[in-house]
Amino acid sequence: MTDYWIILTGALVASACGFLGCFLILRKMAMLGDAISHAVLPGIVLAFLFSGSRDAVPMLIGAAIFGLLTTIIIQTLRGQGVQSDAAMSVTFTALFSIGIILVSLFTRQVDLDLDCVLYGEIAYVPWDPLKLGGMDLGPRAVWLIGAAFFISLVVITLFYKQFKLCAFDPALAAAIGIPVTFFHYLLMGLVSLTTVASFESVGAILVVAMLIVPAATAYLLTDRLSVMLGLSIGMGTTSSLVGYWIAKLLDASIAGCMSVTAGVLFLLAFLFSPKHGVITRWWIR
Amino acid sequence: MFAPVSIRNLSVAYHRKPVLRDIDYDAPEGELIGIIGPNGAGKSTLIKAILGLLPLASGEVKIYGKPYKEQRHLVGYVPQRESVDWDFPTHALDVVLMGRYGKLGWFRRPKAEDREFALECLQKVGMESFAKRQISQLSGGQQQRVFLARALAQDAQIYLMDEPFVGVDAATEKAIIQILNELKQQKKTVLVVHHDLQTVTEYFDSILLINMCKIAAGPTREVFHADHLQKTYGGRLTVLPETSNMIVTR
Ligand SMILES: Nc1ncnc2c1ncn2[C@@H]1O[C@H](COP(=O)(O)OP(=O)(O)OP(=O)(O)O)[C@@H](O)[C@H]1O
Ligand SMILES: [Mg+2]
Repeated sequence: MTDYWIILTGALVASACGFLGCFLILRKMAMLGDAISHAVLPGIVLAFLFSGSRDAVPMLIGAAIFGLLTTIIIQTLRGQGVQSDAAMSVTFTALFSIGIILVSLFTRQVDLDLDCVLYGEIAYVPWDPLKLGGMDLGPRAVWLIGAAFFISLVVITLFYKQFKLCAFDPALAAAIGIPVTFFHYLLMGLVSLTTVASFESVGAILVVAMLIVPAATAYLLTDRLSVMLGLSIGMGTTSSLVGYWIAKLLDASIAGCMSVTAGVLFLLAFLFSPKHGVITRWWIR
Repeated sequence: MFAPVSIRNLSVAYHRKPVLRDIDYDAPEGELIGIIGPNGAGKSTLIKAILGLLPLASGEVKIYGKPYKEQRHLVGYVPQRESVDWDFPTHALDVVLMGRYGKLGWFRRPKAEDREFALECLQKVGMESFAKRQISQLSGGQQQRVFLARALAQDAQIYLMDEPFVGVDAATEKAIIQILNELKQQKKTVLVVHHDLQTVTEYFDSILLINMCKIAAGPTREVFHADHLQKTYGGRLTVLPETSNMIVTR
């Protein structure tokens, strides 16, 4: 049973991240996941300090606040003419460093294991169940990430045309009255939520990988946004499934194997995609 | 009677650097209007300011006497072609369909009749056989036609077009100008940012010459002459000897 919970968790993380990752890639903001997953550290530490517990709720709130703060700072810097990637790097390294300083200042008050926060271990997911009135409802992570994925699905489906036009042609979007900034922050809010909900239980590496790699793979395989969204979910789920069994076989890090599998799928698409594949094009010629 | 586009005292700045200064202009209704000026003159900025895409340092823009916000549905827009990523995963018809989004409001999705209308617009620009073609696999001129079709799909009264003739061959240019003339016959007002001085007298009923400030505006045959062009382009006009021969002298 634990096998399935871990695979399900991995698949949910991969789907939720891959789905949003499509929009990040199309808006040339692939690095944002990396930025957010590091920049929320001070939020997590502060949440620990104030609540004095390792409870998920204050941690999520603290992280979400800093996730949003990150996107606001990045947006402000870009508005002032700073290059997009520079704005992201500056913001997340600064906030991450503040987080590290906070940890080092308050190590005695908060028994906080940095490794645990940043590299949460997906293998432990089944042993942290959600209990309601004594009933075991399955791993907490599954509920948390599942909820984040569900919210993203609903929001993106509801406003699909707005998100699409904002990604393709923000000027036209603004001209016809779509509140482009609102949708930007809505997307960033969803990314923050998903990132934070995921990486506490599965670790930052897996989250960052899944935000970018399945979407990048899907991008190579199709010319339709809707298909790309579906494919990114498929790619993510496959990575989780295959990655898990490889990890079992090799007795290696599960998150690592899942990420590597996603990378291998990308490589295959890069080489053999029917339209964009390097080898395919060479073969056709 | 209100002008389709009326600009009062308009100034725009990027990061405090003024780009447009004190522009006053009333676009005449039902005409094909050229917006002309050198690179960096602020032509794209003017169009974006009309569309409310930029904060105004001062002044105001009215569309048929009301703020743009209340008149969005009356205005269609063709951005500069380089302003979007043509590798976006979508096809030509889908891009044209985006022209319908403004009429759909927050929650409605494009319906069959929107699709049909979009296809008609593609037909008008002679691109119906490329409807399902991924947009990166279109030539520059074809992409420009798709953008024009998208503006047609907006079904507007006023069209603002930023350099629709850039990178298109002579045949496409003819096709586009014919469509613009059709729009004019339907009493629509079309403002076009244009670069080729040689075709100005042939294409436009009236023009607006700008270079940071308004240099001149009015009927082409009255306004398009050497003095004004010299003022608009500065010394650079001397590199255009053929054009100066064509310029109407007073
Ligand atoms: N986003 C921006 N930030 C800062 N300055 C800008 C920005 N966009 C344009 N500018 C500056 O504003 C001025 C006018 O630019 P604009 O794009 O309106 O010119 P244009 O007349 O459309 O030129 P072109 O013929 O090259 O398209 C230029 O000096 C340009 O450098
Ligand atoms: Mg321009």
